[in-house]
Amino acid sequence: MGVKLLLDKAHVPGIRFFETYRKEGGYKAVEKALKQMNPASIVEEVKKSGVRGRGGAGFPAGMKWSFIAKPEGVPRHLVCNADESEPGTFKDRYLMEFLPHLLIEGLIISSFALGSNDTYIYIRGEYAWIVDILEQAIDEAHANGFLGKNILGTGFDCNIYVQRGAGAYICGEETALIESLEGKRGNPRIKPPFPAIEGLWKRPTVVNNVETLAAVVPIINMGGDEYAKIGVGRSTGTKLISACGNINKPGVYEIDMTISVEEFLYSDEYCGGIANGKRLKACIPGGSSVPILPANLLLKTAKGETRLMNYESLSDGGFASGSMMGSGGFIVLDEDQCIVKNTYTLARFYRHESCGQCSPCREGTGWMEKILKNIDTGKGKMSDIDLLWDIQRKIEGNTICPLGDAAAWPVAAAIRHFRDEFEWHVNHPEEAQKRNYGLAHYADPIHVPA
Amino acid sequence: MSKFNDEQLKEFSRLVARYPEGKQKSALLPVLHLAQDSFGGWLSADTMDYVAELLQINPIEVYEVATFYSMYNLKPIGKHLFEVCQTGPCMINGSDDIIEYIGTTLGIKPGETTADGMFTLKTVECLGACGYAPMMQMGKHYREHLTKEKIDAIIEECRKNAAANN
Ligand SMILES: Cc1cc2nc3c(=O)[nH]c(=O)nc-3n(C[C@H](O)[C@H](O)[C@H](O)COP(=O)(O)O)c2cc1C
Ligand code: SF4
Ligand code: FES
Repeated sequence: MGVKLLLDKAHVPGIRFFETYRKEGGYKAVEKALKQMNPASIVEEVKKSGVRGRGGAGFPAGMKWSFIAKPEGVPRHLVCNADESEPGTFKDRYLMEFLPHLLIEGLIISSFALGSNDTYIYIRGEYAWIVDILEQAIDEAHANGFLGKNILGTGFDCNIYVQRGAGAYICGEETALIESLEGKRGNPRIKPPFPAIEGLWKRPTVVNNVETLAAVVPIINMGGDEYAKIGVGRSTGTKLISACGNINKPGVYEIDMTISVEEFLYSDEYCGGIANGKRLKACIPGGSSVPILPANLLLKTAKGETRLMNYESLSDGGFASGSMMGSGGFIVLDEDQCIVKNTYTLARFYRHESCGQCSPCREGTGWMEKILKNIDTGKGKMSDIDLLWDIQRKIEGNTICPLGDAAAWPVAAAIRHFRDEFEWHVNHPEEAQKRNYGLAHYADPIHVPA
Repeated sequence: MSKFNDEQLKEFSRLVARYPEGKQKSALLPVLHLAQDSFGGWLSADTMDYVAELLQINPIEVYEVATFYSMYNLKPIGKHLFEVCQTGPCMINGSDDIIEYIGTTLGIKPGETTADGMFTLKTVECLGACGYAPMMQMGKHYREHLTKEKIDAIIEECRKNAAANN
């Protein structure tokens, strides 16, 4: 059993409610932080912990916090990013649904550290029932003196509000999120200025992911140095992984980042292997935006080293032979899955979600969807494959926000690693319409079922 | 034109009170949800104008937002809205079959509503339930691990409720 810092109490009956959460040691970190520490020393502990943003980009949280501007007389805000819309990702939902008080506790400490008296949770609109769960937890925290005025007699005031989005992946991007929170369309802003200087209502703002903010609780409880001892290298602490696709045990798992991808995928403690006795073909290890890897490059790096479930190892080899940790959305494809079709559904997703401000993203995502649909439905030409490659290259790096890159990378990686499957589709338009159209030679030879 | 009743107005005030003085526009998304839930599941031009008036902003500021976000319905929908996810992870687990099955069972295509106004079928992109695929959203809740049998049961349940309420 690996170390569990976030989900260790997830299965305690009634842990969703204050009384049980408190009995299990909850809100001790708030007491410690507000009574024995000050904002600067909390930021210091978070820095020491080395915890990296769990929303996708992996930026060190402590460093981000230290950038927040503190102009005299201007309120500051902490915003929790609970937009969670990256395909393959459903870990924040799990955390909020089962351990709402863990997030609230993390938010109180983080608000204190950053000087935010009004903190907002921006949650994707579809998670409507979770809004009720969070609001109930917030009410309970108020009733017990952990929120509101003069918390624990320390003079610190804090309120937390839950704001529902309304269906737009782009609102997970932090500046689009801020626009949305201001009651506008989710159009990302041009940076700089960064939110830490000019964010919500032009006030200094920090946006962090749900899991990042929940991790502040164990960091305060155990101290930043102890937290940093868990994991390996710059991948400190634990990470939530949401696993889905063709596996025996889809779900949310907390891992310490020392285990191998092979163990995560095949051991019964985690994914439990490929479903229906099939073989592994490919995996998108960090949410739909990160490069897809064929079986051989997933389990081992190009150098033949065992690949581990952490930031460094998953990106080993760069885009040529590696991928990314991303948001921790682990999508597994078995030998029967069609890479072209899978890539098409993702291209459609990004076209649907582009805010339309930049022409390379707006037009490029539309073209990629159209071309991929043609190839998938047997109407593709050989030259379409090169055209796709060209289009994705013209999007990458030429847009206001990283959604452009997020749309380009999956297409690039699919062509890079599975080009002959695209060609096969073009050459076998009729066969490709049948259900089972995977090219089996990509399947992992290591785990052929007995 | 419909207006919020007292209870809805109370909820409106609670939403607006979350933001600093003069920043009441920030309440727009939640208020549009409230309006959609209160006035038959969709936002008419009149409703949007009413929301603009309540928040003291220009109607165009409301239209811009209502057209940007996928959860706001700009035309009437059936009593029950089936929003089936069709993105990669759900597709891998058979969402295509589920969409087709609902379509043939109800005799409608995605985007359409049954003639009796009971059901609307809509395809949507990833709803954060990829590990419990295939899935769909129905109102405030998710229906997960969908099978044809489950779909039959859900449709049956909707019809029974409608009959009981008539
Ligand atoms: C298109 C796009 C979508 C994003 N969606 C999310 C999201 O759903 N949740 C999230 O936490 N971060 C998301 N991010 C990353 C945020 O912009 C931001 O980096 C993050 O909230 C910072 O928090 P962290 O440092 O704690 O990870 C997204 C970024 C982009 C470009
Ligand atoms: S890259 Fe795409 S989503 Fe991002 S700002 Fe440009 S058009 Fe909008
Ligand atoms: S892909 Fe359907 S819920 Fe994520």
